[in-house]
Amino acid sequence: MKMSPGSASRPSSCFTVARYTLVEALRSGLPWLAAACVLAVLGLSGFLSQVAITEARALQASASGALLRACAVFLTAAHVVASATREANDKGLELALAMPISRPAYYLGKLLGFACAGALLATVFALPLLLWARPGDIAAWWVSLATETALIAAAALFFASALTQTVAAIAATAGLYLLGRSISAIQAIAVGPLAGDSLPDQAMRWVVDALALLLPRLDAVTRGDWLLYGAPPVGELAQALAGLGLYLVLLAAAGLFDFSRRNL
Amino acid sequence: MTDFLSSRERPLSAVPAWIACLLALGLGMQVALQFAQGSRAPSAADLPIAPPVQALRLASMGEPAALARLAMIWLQAFDSSGDNVVPYRQLDYKRLVDWLRAILATDPRSEYPLFAASRIYAEVADPVKTRLILDFIADEFAADPTRRWPALAHAALLAKHRLKDLTRARRYAAAIRQLATDDSMPLWAKQMEVFILEDMNELEAAKIMLGGLLAAGRMSDPEERRFLEGRLEELKQRLKGARQAPNR
Repeated sequence: MKMSPGSASRPSSCFTVARYTLVEALRSGLPWLAAACVLAVLGLSGFLSQVAITEARALQASASGALLRACAVFLTAAHVVASATREANDKGLELALAMPISRPAYYLGKLLGFACAGALLATVFALPLLLWARPGDIAAWWVSLATETALIAAAALFFASALTQTVAAIAATAGLYLLGRSISAIQAIAVGPLAGDSLPDQAMRWVVDALALLLPRLDAVTRGDWLLYGAPPVGELAQALAGLGLYLVLLAAAGLFDFSRRNL
Repeated sequence: MTDFLSSRERPLSAVPAWIACLLALGLGMQVALQFAQGSRAPSAADLPIAPPVQALRLASMGEPAALARLAMIWLQAFDSSGDNVVPYRQLDYKRLVDWLRAILATDPRSEYPLFAASRIYAEVADPVKTRLILDFIADEFAADPTRRWPALAHAALLAKHRLKDLTRARRYAAAIRQLATDDSMPLWAKQMEVFILEDMNELEAAKIMLGGLLAAGRMSDPEERRFLEGRLEELKQRLKGARQAPNR
């Protein structure tokens, strides 16, 4: 990675880091894994269509959408964590920071590169859905998945940077993601008719509500039913994506905070 | 990408023979064991109690459409193995209805649960079980008549021809006429109740209903209208004949 002297304050250094991060992703096993995921999901959806007695097309679209979404998120998180951990172990981070580049520019460059890799992954995963869904609905799904993978990249980079251990970082990212996707259902259960009114029950509801305030609403985006029943109105979609964008900024800020304080 | 594909491995001859034998033996035993166990569809007794709808929604993690359809694929495998003389007959239908209800609630726009209920589970040769499923279809119909009328129409046909329960068939047909008012509905579904009333020998009611259908002007096709008018005239003739018969 060549940096000209005095490039620390220039945004171009951030883009240079992003470019090399993207090149690293393209030269890794990520493209092959993405292709394998697409083939596996196409095979599985073909099998499901054979055993379905009705709604075969809807089954293929919804199951493929859900599986490809999970694959995109997992591949992004695993790639980001592996890349960041390897860089730390190989002392590549120290080498990069010895160059005239500021810590925020380096961190944001890495994040931008990973987000671009996630967007490419979202594009590759959206294409097979053209077999079963309308292009307009797939476009909404694609934009949403690209935003979701960017958020996951930010979460994985933050945890990999803060925890410095591969398994811990992947587990923390997966925990945040699964909670983000299920928190609405958990809240609905907490206030359901079977929930009691005792103090522990109320305390549990407060904890759940407080947790919900700290989590992104991932259940509201990249939904498989958009591919069946149509994407939500533009305003609703923009609101959901703005929520993800805001959380992405929060994670980036948390990562920058931690990265700026770290002794290297 | 080339880095990923490049191989820096030693040749196969570098692997000790006993390790290669162990690998081959392990693979062979695994395949033999799985072959011996075979694969069978789950039996009727394996069907677990249906979870609450909230639990299914939690499990879907924001993908209710996919979960509902995959759950239907999973559900239809129970008691469906090829060696069954009558598939689905051993199933606990109360438990089955609970599952169908929970899956339908997970994605109310899916037609799969009601389609499977009317075309598969209601076809079982056990009147008690058929009635349970037909009741389920009728219960769920009112929530979305435009989307769900085909299942109730099939339920009416099953009630009429399979159960010989004309009262039940008429109840379903009446629900379709009253609640499913979409213009895209075919003629046969709209006038199903008329035919059932004819079969029940309630010709006067059938005549009034047919007249009502014509008067409502919901027929956009002139052929449909002509057919119904002919049918109404035929009913009037039969009624006239029926009234004259006791006087003879």
